[in-house]
Amino acid sequence: MLVELFFFYFAAAVIGLSLMVITRKNPVHSVLWMLLLFFHIAGLYLMLNAEMMAAIQLIVYAGAILVLFLFVVLLLDLKKEIGEEQYVGVWPTGVAVAVALFTLLLIMTRSFVAGPHGNITIERVRELSHPGVVGRAMFTEYLFPFEVASLVLLVAVIGAIILAKKRIKE
Amino acid sequence: MPGTYIPADYLPVLIMFIVASCFGLVMLTVGTIFRLRRPYPEKLLPYESGMAPVGEPRQRFDVKFYIIAMLFVVFDVEAVFLYPWAVVYGKLGLYAVVEMFLFIAILLVGYVYAWKRGAFEWE
Repeated sequence: MLVELFFFYFAAAVIGLSLMVITRKNPVHSVLWMLLLFFHIAGLYLMLNAEMMAAIQLIVYAGAILVLFLFVVLLLDLKKEIGEEQYVGVWPTGVAVAVALFTLLLIMTRSFVAGPHGNITIERVRELSHPGVVGRAMFTEYLFPFEVASLVLLVAVIGAIILAKKRIKE
Repeated sequence: MPGTYIPADYLPVLIMFIVASCFGLVMLTVGTIFRLRRPYPEKLLPYESGMAPVGEPRQRFDVKFYIIAMLFVVFDVEAVFLYPWAVVYGKLGLYAVVEMFLFIAILLVGYVYAWKRGAFEWE
């Protein structure tokens, strides 16, 4: 009963806050609502026995990505757009895409079958701690993807500097 | 829902969130109830005897803020990878240390590049 209560609170909050994000006219307000949204998504992760994900959600998304969003909003200088009614012409398209996606999700959840259980059970996670389990998997089994991640991050650093620094020099 | 459970260890965090929200709400409500309310136009001026602001407050920000934010995201993600490593490297030994130093070395290339291009300089 309590589980359902918490789950429905978080699920309803995620939907409501997402609506707040896309309906605000001031993009800075959208970003602030999104901060609240990210906290609630972290709550959902906690309930799914994914503490590490919840922590990363808060550290990376609520901490760093939102700062990036905020700077993008400030960079775009959306003075004129704020006064205007948003997305007036694209309402039918938006509704059509939303209905199509919802139908697709409904079909998918109906045909969903839970796979076999893996080695890492909840008891094992409790024993080794969440970062411990993630660390073990990451530094033994998934070593190559982990090292590839550093290359992806390297590309992001160099790409950002090439894109933004060139404009300063000119 | 299968797999869903109550993370009972996080009860203090929930209590802290509730107390913090209530604190803010109570403070604002108490302030609204008890404070004097005598509005007059001079109260809306930015400074007493100051200059009225010229132009729009919203201005296009410099792109250098974006570089700083982007670098912050990248090195924040790198730091996130360090947390699970810090938990397990004692058990995995030298192997894990070498792996992490390789990871950091690759990102150090990006760091040196950013430094040489002057991304950290505030012109």
